[in-house]
Amino acid sequence: MSLSVPDILPLTLRGAGLSRGGKRVLKDLDCTIGPAPSKTFLIGPNGAGKSLFLKLCHGLVPAENGSVDWGGHSPESAKPYQAMVFQRPVMLRRSAAANIDFALSLRGVPHRDRPDRRNALLRRTGLGRLANVSARALSFGEQQRLALARALATEPRVLFLDEPTASLDPAAAYLVESIINEVAVAGTKIIMSSHDLVQTRRMADEVIFLHRGRIKEFRAAGPFFEEPENDLARDFLEGKLLWWRRSDCPDGGGS
Amino acid sequence: MVAALRLPGRGWLMSGERRPVGIVSLAVLTVLAGLILFGNGGSGRADSPVITVASTTSTQNSGLFDHILPLFKAETGITVRVVAVGTGAAIRLAKSGDADVLLVHHKPSEEAFVSEGFGEARHPVMVNDFVIVGPRDDPAGINSLGDVAAALKRIADSRSIFLSRGDESGTHKRERELWAAAGRDPEEASGTWYRKTGSGMGATLNIGAAMNGYTLADRGTWLSFGNKGDLVVLHEGDARLINEYGVILVSPDRHPHVDATPGRAFIDWLRSEQGQRAINSFSIGGERLFTAVQ
Amino acid sequence: MDAFIDAFTAAFHLIASGDEDLAAIIVLSLKVTVTAVFIAALVGMPIGGLIALSDFRGRRFLIVLFNALMGLPPVVVGLIVYLLLSRSGPFGVLNLLFTPTAMIIAQVILVLPIVVALTRQILEALWGEYRETLESFSASPLQCLAVLLWDGRFLLVTGVLAGFGRAIAEVGAVMIVGGNIDQMTRVMTTAIALEASKGDLALALGLGLILLSISLILNLLAQSLRAVGERWSPV
Repeated sequence: MSLSVPDILPLTLRGAGLSRGGKRVLKDLDCTIGPAPSKTFLIGPNGAGKSLFLKLCHGLVPAENGSVDWGGHSPESAKPYQAMVFQRPVMLRRSAAANIDFALSLRGVPHRDRPDRRNALLRRTGLGRLANVSARALSFGEQQRLALARALATEPRVLFLDEPTASLDPAAAYLVESIINEVAVAGTKIIMSSHDLVQTRRMADEVIFLHRGRIKEFRAAGPFFEEPENDLARDFLEGKLLWWRRSDCPDGGGS
Repeated sequence: MVAALRLPGRGWLMSGERRPVGIVSLAVLTVLAGLILFGNGGSGRADSPVITVASTTSTQNSGLFDHILPLFKAETGITVRVVAVGTGAAIRLAKSGDADVLLVHHKPSEEAFVSEGFGEARHPVMVNDFVIVGPRDDPAGINSLGDVAAALKRIADSRSIFLSRGDESGTHKRERELWAAAGRDPEEASGTWYRKTGSGMGATLNIGAAMNGYTLADRGTWLSFGNKGDLVVLHEGDARLINEYGVILVSPDRHPHVDATPGRAFIDWLRSEQGQRAINSFSIGGERLFTAVQ
Repeated sequence: MDAFIDAFTAAFHLIASGDEDLAAIIVLSLKVTVTAVFIAALVGMPIGGLIALSDFRGRRFLIVLFNALMGLPPVVVGLIVYLLLSRSGPFGVLNLLFTPTAMIIAQVILVLPIVVALTRQILEALWGEYRETLESFSASPLQCLAVLLWDGRFLLVTGVLAGFGRAIAEVGAVMIVGGNIDQMTRVMTTAIALEASKGDLALALGLGLILLSISLILNLLAQSLRAVGERWSPV
């Protein structure tokens, strides 16, 4: 069904930045995220700007300086080939099934094809029995899974996830993680933020460490966890980067 | 946060016994919708010719039209739509061509209407008279007087409450002429003993009954008025209280769309024996309201 | 106190006797107002939705304008429509004056600002909630409007009911453009005004009670229909 997907990867950020309320919250972002490896994780202390980074890439907020380039396309034209699962997903005032139908309809899936695809997604995310329940009446974990199902309904080239397993019980978290892994194997690029270092170690292929709106380190996961090059990254991994204590160097030391 | 979104009482809705409520509501609404769409409320009969007559609220409220129009329809098959507003508004309606026939009771205005080319000709139809009503105890003491000018003089001098329609109606214009005859100008006292309601006869009488004041009213409205309170007729009979009604066809030369034929039929009927008899036969409590003049 | 008791008695007698005129008046009132509200909703909801969604110069002024127009005096609307429909006016050839159609037109004008203003308010709140998600899915403005209108449908009913309440209760506009003509354009409110001006206060009040009851019944029906709707399609 999917429309011929132009290749929107690699994603290239050049000097990208933006402000909120007069304060620069993302600055000097320079990086290239390619189609491989399949799972790129974004980590950093609270307030580092992880959510905003994802939204910037996804085209939900515009860059004030610099550029965001998707394989030669603007974020706006690349957006239809992406999907995002937000930290606090918003459910439409409809049943769980209708929420997925909605995503399918936006992608122009013909009516007769929708039930099968929708039911498959519901089953895959463990929501088969909740198809006709009002989405807003679901538990938070169920809503999170539904948001994932909804995002997958669009068969995205790139899937953004903003701390998708925060506040999920272990069983649900496990289910979500396995779906993400399956999807990555099937070819979807995953760009995901996480607060859970153990999870990151488990799943990430490469890691971007964000601190106070800047990319401090961007490396393959294995080498990063073994020996981070950046001081702040090191402190963070050791649990020493306390968000309420400003570090001695104004913008953090290290490379 | 999510749990709070479960609507309270949703469980109440889920139980099967509530289903009948929904079905009944649906059924009632469907019946209503059918009634509304197919019911013939007020759509009028389009088969018989229809004319629009601009007349006054006092004529309407007296009930005269309810009495004579069915008789006219029975004879000619013509349906008459009466739009009842103040005299000034009725004349304006006719001037704009929004009515086919004008039936009001202010001769100077009617004659101007014809001379300005808006109407074909004025024909007298009937008369009734005005009366002065007031509180039973008659604080201004006008009851015994035979002269309406003297009565008004007494009211002004005693500063008794007087309600005026103040709306440029035929009644209001007559009232102004009578004050002039009485040599008094009540306008400066407006808001004190002289109160202008800017409303129709009925509304003014309502206020008069509540305030226990004097009012100049046409006998037709007075007789059929249902809220007299403590008011009674205190002065009548003066020649200057006679109220003449004239009927005019709106000029087809001026407004070509005017339904001239049925319009003329109506006017002719009013002036005919049957019409005049119908007018004379209209009475309330045995008292005749209008006197035919042909 | 007597007047009130007489009013109840009058109302009761009118209903019990199955008065034909009363039935015709009620049907016409509902016909005119329901049609007007339907049209106003059809036109006004998308407008309110578009204002909620969009961002343009003068948007705030438009919002203030519609909010202010909610307070349009019915008699003023009646006058304006009368001048437009009068034979001497621009649309005189349509011959609509003193017909139920003219009354519907006037009431559409009265109800439209209410529907637009309330729709905008409701959907703006909903948009604030849905915006990021809909943008993530690259929904077009029209698709966004459709989602908001559909998901907000139960809330929007309130706006429609407010419009209905205003229209069924007004007398100024329908009196002027309809003319309160017996058997043709007489509705509940103009009938009440007529009876009051004839001094028949008990009857006028009785008719008022009937009007109130009808309004009550319709609101109850709308409520239970909403409940049914919410039960059958989860929200």
